[in-house]
Amino acid sequence: MISQVSQLFPGGSDIIGWVLQIAWLGFFVFFMFYGQRFQMTVMLRDVEKHLHRLKFIRDEGRKLTMETIKEIGKPPEDPTERVDQFLEYIAITPQSMDPSGIVWKLDHLLDVRDVRFKDEVKLMAPEADEVQLNNLENTLEAAMALHIIYKVIRHFYILGKKTLSLYIIMQLQMVLPLIMKEAEAFASALKAFATGQPIGDGAGALVAAKLMHGHKTRKIAKDIVAATVPLEGRIAHVLKSEGPGGTVGKPGDGIIKIINETKGKIATIVMIDAAQKLEGEKPGDVAEGVGAAIGGPGVDQFKIEESVLKYKIPVNAVIIKQDIGDAVSPMRKEVFDAADTAIQRIKRLLLERTKEGDVVIIAGIGNTIGIGQ
Amino acid sequence: MTDKAEPPKANISLFSVVMVLITVVLSVIALFMGFATYKSQDPSAQIYMLIGFIGLAISAYLLLQTKRRTLREAFEMPQVVTTILCQKCGFKNIRDFERGDYIFKETEPCPKCSDNMMITSIYREVKEKEK
Repeated sequence: MISQVSQLFPGGSDIIGWVLQIAWLGFFVFFMFYGQRFQMTVMLRDVEKHLHRLKFIRDEGRKLTMETIKEIGKPPEDPTERVDQFLEYIAITPQSMDPSGIVWKLDHLLDVRDVRFKDEVKLMAPEADEVQLNNLENTLEAAMALHIIYKVIRHFYILGKKTLSLYIIMQLQMVLPLIMKEAEAFASALKAFATGQPIGDGAGALVAAKLMHGHKTRKIAKDIVAATVPLEGRIAHVLKSEGPGGTVGKPGDGIIKIINETKGKIATIVMIDAAQKLEGEKPGDVAEGVGAAIGGPGVDQFKIEESVLKYKIPVNAVIIKQDIGDAVSPMRKEVFDAADTAIQRIKRLLLERTKEGDVVIIAGIGNTIGIGQ
Repeated sequence: MTDKAEPPKANISLFSVVMVLITVVLSVIALFMGFATYKSQDPSAQIYMLIGFIGLAISAYLLLQTKRRTLREAFEMPQVVTTILCQKCGFKNIRDFERGDYIFKETEPCPKCSDNMMITSIYREVKEKEK
């Protein structure tokens, strides 16, 4: 037995061999008892590194927002305190225990939030015009998103550190690459909003703008304009959010208004929006389908679906694919070029799915920042 | 307005520095022992030298990784271009985006035909990263 054990260790004069054997045993014992803790420490370090990066992005975003407000709004006093208060704003979602009627509650809440935000921005930037106010509001919302991301990640980091729970830390570390991608996208969006550049999300609005350009527009709902455009022998009511300020408006209300004005005599509705692409797909790819192509909290989609169901109007969707980063960053060339492809698809769809003289609605959905009409 | 923000300070962690230092010291010891045993024709010399070189390579890799991470910290801002087109004569002017530009905005008169020019596109070009 002793001879067998002694075989594990090298012969008497090989000191290096002894050292290596002891080091190996030491490693083995260390990883047996402290392996998980070591793994946690490594993960925490990784999270901490990302948290530093998030803090940097958040601080830069705040700084850029402050500079833009001072440059455009010319506030009489330092807006720092007001901006910091704005970044902490919360909106409490309606109670959903009895979900009946929750859409209207949410709609009301979003209206109140919107009015409150606009009033706050007006106080921060009294010299800004309507377009600049919309852009500043978007800038502040992007800064707020960065602030929230940083705070939530910091919360789970501290919680993980306090409880030494492997599962909290592991989950946090696993989602961090996606969170970082989102944060970098918002950082890019912030710059775009501050300067009024069109963003990828505005692809739908761009399509509508190209169709309605040169025709008389009228305001039909909050921040929504429409124009009646002859298209392939059909009468198209083209609508989009009112640019070039940053807003998405209430396209749901706009579509309902046109449906009511025409007493439901609409041959088809075509909705164009930016949509999330899958990895491997090209940005700017155009796809077709059915259903209300509109994102956001769901209020507008609900309203449109209710209305089209009443009159049995077919709803078609044309989507322009891009990832989340591209959707909130300055518009890529591929996405810009995709607007012309989308127009061709809309024309083909109208020729195939409607008759000459039919009345149709074409709704370009998305943030119209940097896009006129 | 700042176009490029200063990146955060290159905060190379103490942990990384200690790890690299330990690896370098151990590698140097292994190399020294390799050379020492090589003189006495010991066959283990090659193993020591191999360990030493691998250790040095790992240390260099760790250092390079830290540097690359620090560079990536920069707050990158994309370049956005505005295209202004004369609807009458087709004269085209492409320049960097300026605050106040928007698609379908009428701008300065055309230098060729003096007709009003219009912004027809605003976009950024993305160069795909080499794989």
